[in-house]
Amino acid sequence: MSSSSSFFTSSLGRKFVMGITGIFLITFLIVHVGVNAMIFLDSSGELFNTAAHFMGTNWLIRSMEIVLFAGIILHIVQSIVLTRRNQAARPEGYAVSASAVNSKWYSRSMGLLGTLILMFLIVHLCHFWVEARFGIWGGIPEGVEAGTHDMFAQMKVIFSNPIVVAVYVLAMVSLSYHLMHGFQSAFQSLGLNHYKYTPAIKAIGKWYSIIVPVLFALMPLYVHFVINK
Amino acid sequence: MSDGNMNLTLKVWRQKNGNQKGELVTYPVSNVSPDMSFLEMFDVLNEDLVEKGQEPIAFDHDCREGICGMCSMYINGRPHGPKEGITTCQLHMRSFKDGETVVVEPWRATAFPVIKDLVVDRSAFDRIIAAGGFISVNTGNAQDANSLPISKDDADKSFEAAACIGCGACVATCKNASAMLFVSAKVSQLALLPQGQPERYSRVQNMVEQMDKEGFGNCTNTGACEVECPKGISLENIARMNRDYLVAKAAH
Repeated sequence: MSSSSSFFTSSLGRKFVMGITGIFLITFLIVHVGVNAMIFLDSSGELFNTAAHFMGTNWLIRSMEIVLFAGIILHIVQSIVLTRRNQAARPEGYAVSASAVNSKWYSRSMGLLGTLILMFLIVHLCHFWVEARFGIWGGIPEGVEAGTHDMFAQMKVIFSNPIVVAVYVLAMVSLSYHLMHGFQSAFQSLGLNHYKYTPAIKAIGKWYSIIVPVLFALMPLYVHFVINK
Repeated sequence: MSDGNMNLTLKVWRQKNGNQKGELVTYPVSNVSPDMSFLEMFDVLNEDLVEKGQEPIAFDHDCREGICGMCSMYINGRPHGPKEGITTCQLHMRSFKDGETVVVEPWRATAFPVIKDLVVDRSAFDRIIAAGGFISVNTGNAQDANSLPISKDDADKSFEAAACIGCGACVATCKNASAMLFVSAKVSQLALLPQGQPERYSRVQNMVEQMDKEGFGNCTNTGACEVECPKGISLENIARMNRDYLVAKAAH
């Protein structure tokens, strides 16, 4: 090595970590949305509960859960370090800025969008993950048999509140814009830019950023307006 | 006032030196010909200021034909003004409307400290080049051009990267004041050619290390630099630099 500086503390190394954790979280979303989509196939919730039970008990999935949390934390920590450095790189701003003509607003607002997603994530984990793992928030909801993790029943209770439904839908709008920039940006940070493949990556990223959040947003809406009726 | 000439209100950043605080000062300019370049308009304004016994506005300029990269002016929120693919000296007053207010600021970045008014110190770029943006060869007679075959594709890409004039518009417009478009162009122009291969991986490490030391920000791939670059340097170069840096750190 001709240079002594460490890869992971360099600007490019930190970008690489942002990109690789970003792509990892993108693949996680596919699994998550896939399990969620079970409620559309079987509105009794049995299929969904079977899938949720598998996700909660399979040792491989449970191990990946640890990697997932590590990935989320790394993504957040790197973004904080990078944002602070970026702010230090321009302490005095411009009186006039016409950034709207040269870049998309969501590409310049990744920190804000990410913070909104993090806030949602905390609420979401309290609603489902903490409940399923530890059952400490008011215990088992009404109508749920003791000794089972009836995620479907849990979902019906949580999404009976229209404010919760609105929060979930709005969070998915944030997620959509975060992905709209993040998907293709992650590949660029990893150095994967090629005239043959980049147009395809950008197109897939755009569709992914629309389809996945829409499917997620449909879930609380479907439970609130169809299943709970 | 001859036909088509305009009156404008200029708001220009005035700052005595790097230690003192600056501010935007308003100057009305009248009878501006639409055929003047932006810098010529500044020359006229400065003559006016000198006649009035005031301090003229300090601004960088040299070739006035778009190749030296000196004319660093942030005009109405964009480096080199409202047109794409040009420097400030190539911007003409016909791009503005009669009665318009035009705000002119210096490049803003920790790594580009203001020296005076609109003049900033861009020697951080020189230090990045000195860290590795060269090839170490003993010069002698130029060898036959065909002794080193280079594919047309690579030669074109290298040439496009080499078009970078180091003006700093990429840093100026980047929301993070990142210099990655500049550094990646300077890494790429040599990485694409056979002459650049012996030092390819030490070069990218040393230049990135120097870039980080200078206090430039980090790329978030907004793409603003590519749009504002007067020479149209592509984001592909940043991906190439990312790639080379990863390989360098992993295997060299």
